Amino acid sequence: MEALLEIDNIEVVYNKAVQVLRGLSLRVPRGAIVALLGSNGAGKSTTLKSVSGLLALEDGEVTAGEVRFNGTNVKTLAPEKLVRSGLFHVMEGRRVFEDLTVEENLIAATYALSGRKTPALSDSYELVYDYFPRLKERRKQLAGYLSGGEQQMLALGRALIAQPQLIMLDEPSLGLAPLLVEEIFTIVARINREQGTAILLVEQNAAVSLAIASYGYIMENGKIVIDGPADKLTANEDVREFYLGVGGAEGEARSYRDIKHYKRRKRWLS
Amino acid sequence: MDWLFFGEISLAGLAMGGLYALIALGFVMIYKATRVINFAIGEIMMFAAYLFLAFAGGMELSPWIAMPLAVLGGSILGGVIEKTMIRPMLGESPISVVMVTIGIASILVGVVEFFWTADPQLLPQFLPREPVFIGPLYLAPKIAYGFLIGAAVLVLYLLYFRFSRGGVALRATASDQAAAYSMGINVRRVFNLAWVFGSLAASLAGILVAATGGLSPQFGIIGLSVLVVVIVGGLDSILGALIAGLFIGWLETVAGAYLGGEYRMPATFVVLAVILVIRPYGLFGTHEIERV
Ligand SMILES: Nc1ncnc2c1ncn2[C@@H]1O[C@H](COP(=O)(O)OP(=O)(O)OP(=O)(O)O)[C@@H](O)[C@H]1O
Ligand SMILES: [Mg+2]
Repeated sequence: MEALLEIDNIEVVYNKAVQVLRGLSLRVPRGAIVALLGSNGAGKSTTLKSVSGLLALEDGEVTAGEVRFNGTNVKTLAPEKLVRSGLFHVMEGRRVFEDLTVEENLIAATYALSGRKTPALSDSYELVYDYFPRLKERRKQLAGYLSGGEQQMLALGRALIAQPQLIMLDEPSLGLAPLLVEEIFTIVARINREQGTAILLVEQNAAVSLAIASYGYIMENGKIVIDGPADKLTANEDVREFYLGVGGAEGEARSYRDIKHYKRRKRWLS
Repeated sequence: MDWLFFGEISLAGLAMGGLYALIALGFVMIYKATRVINFAIGEIMMFAAYLFLAFAGGMELSPWIAMPLAVLGGSILGGVIEKTMIRPMLGESPISVVMVTIGIASILVGVVEFFWTADPQLLPQFLPREPVFIGPLYLAPKIAYGFLIGAAVLVLYLLYFRFSRGGVALRATASDQAAAYSMGINVRRVFNLAWVFGSLAASLAGILVAATGGLSPQFGIIGLSVLVVVIVGGLDSILGALIAGLFIGWLETVAGAYLGGEYRMPATFVVLAVILVIRPYGLFGTHEIERV
């Protein structure tokens, strides 16, 4: 069956010089949570930008391969049209409009609904405040003064307003305390379950991601190196050692720094 | 010192400053949304003033019909410039884009000279002529009514920015362009509308200023004073543009009255130099502004 999002063998080059993606493929079925994992510089954000069309703003270009959303080649749609067709990209670093209020940030997201038949807007604001009561208390406040966690909630709130079929989430755990990460991921799982929204979750934090995802891809150097159902990945020894911080031989937990250090010596499946 | 005279001069200066503020608002709007420094804003307002001359003088339309038509013409001109000359420059260095706007400015001067010659012209009178008194202070009616119209439009703009959904889209685009795209905002359209409405503000102010002092192809030089206004205010600050507009308008008029007309521009440039030394990003601007 055709998946909601299909990335076929794409290659991406920045500034007509630096190749970052080297034949990457992945698919996100309707209504599923799929995790895309990898360490710094692997090309995760680049993958999302080539789907949402924001690559062009950074002088990047998809030089080979194809991305299809709902069967349509995303190349044929301007970025805002793509958003309006139900594909919402929550960028790395949350990117809230800092000098707009919380409420105005949500209003900005209503542009994603242009030209679509949707339920009353007041209901969708209520939906956002229902998932994130803290945003309601702060709705007249400038988004720049929110805490990191609240900004992440606002970024997700904007995605909810857009009522997309697919949310691409770029590192929602970035810079958040573990407890808050858990809270955010629980809500992401709830949104997926209750709204039926598919989610492509880009993360470095493999443990929490694989806990809510049904399928996972691990990428390195612009390519997928291993993929499989989340439980299989979690059980995989290499994944455990290098991405879940569960030690191999000694059986001790490792910090992320160690993992990166080890990674340089041992490469996936090569 | 004659305080009555000083008061009247100051009042006239502030009223002119209100019109400067309106032009500056048009400039800041374009800059905030698109990050383009538009050196052609003075010539766009000059062009609109000539359109008014053509409609009200040449075609003998009622000035109250000619004015909206001319303002509309100026706005369309802004939109067309954006679409045909600025948009293709997307991704080029800011300096190249500035050069394009300077080129556009001289093309507009050439066009105007071709159709209306280089001679100064007087606009048909259309504002009420009864003298205006504010307390004991006399204010020339042209300036007073020009200020009122300009201020009304200015307030409309501010209300729109602050409270409308379109205002949110504009501010969102100004704040983070990539994020605005990701919200489904049609950023290219926002750019175009910023040029249209920025030119609208400048066109209206241009007609009102020309109505007080006459019109020539060199009228666009006012754009230089406005540039001082926005640099003093901080290129991307609307509040800064308003306050600096009033201040520079007042300063020019007072300097002109006490020191002689030839001191108007030098006075503003001295202020500009001082401000740039103590606050390089202007009185109200954000720090990370790139200077040309
Ligand atoms: N605009 C750009 N121009 C040139 N090179 C870029 C650009 N953006 C990213 N890159 C390069 O592409 C590679 C992949 O970057 P990308 O941001 O996609 O990685 P990532 O997997 O998201 O990393 P992180 O986990 O740190 O966010 C990096 O080597 C980076 O230096
Ligand atoms: Mg990234």
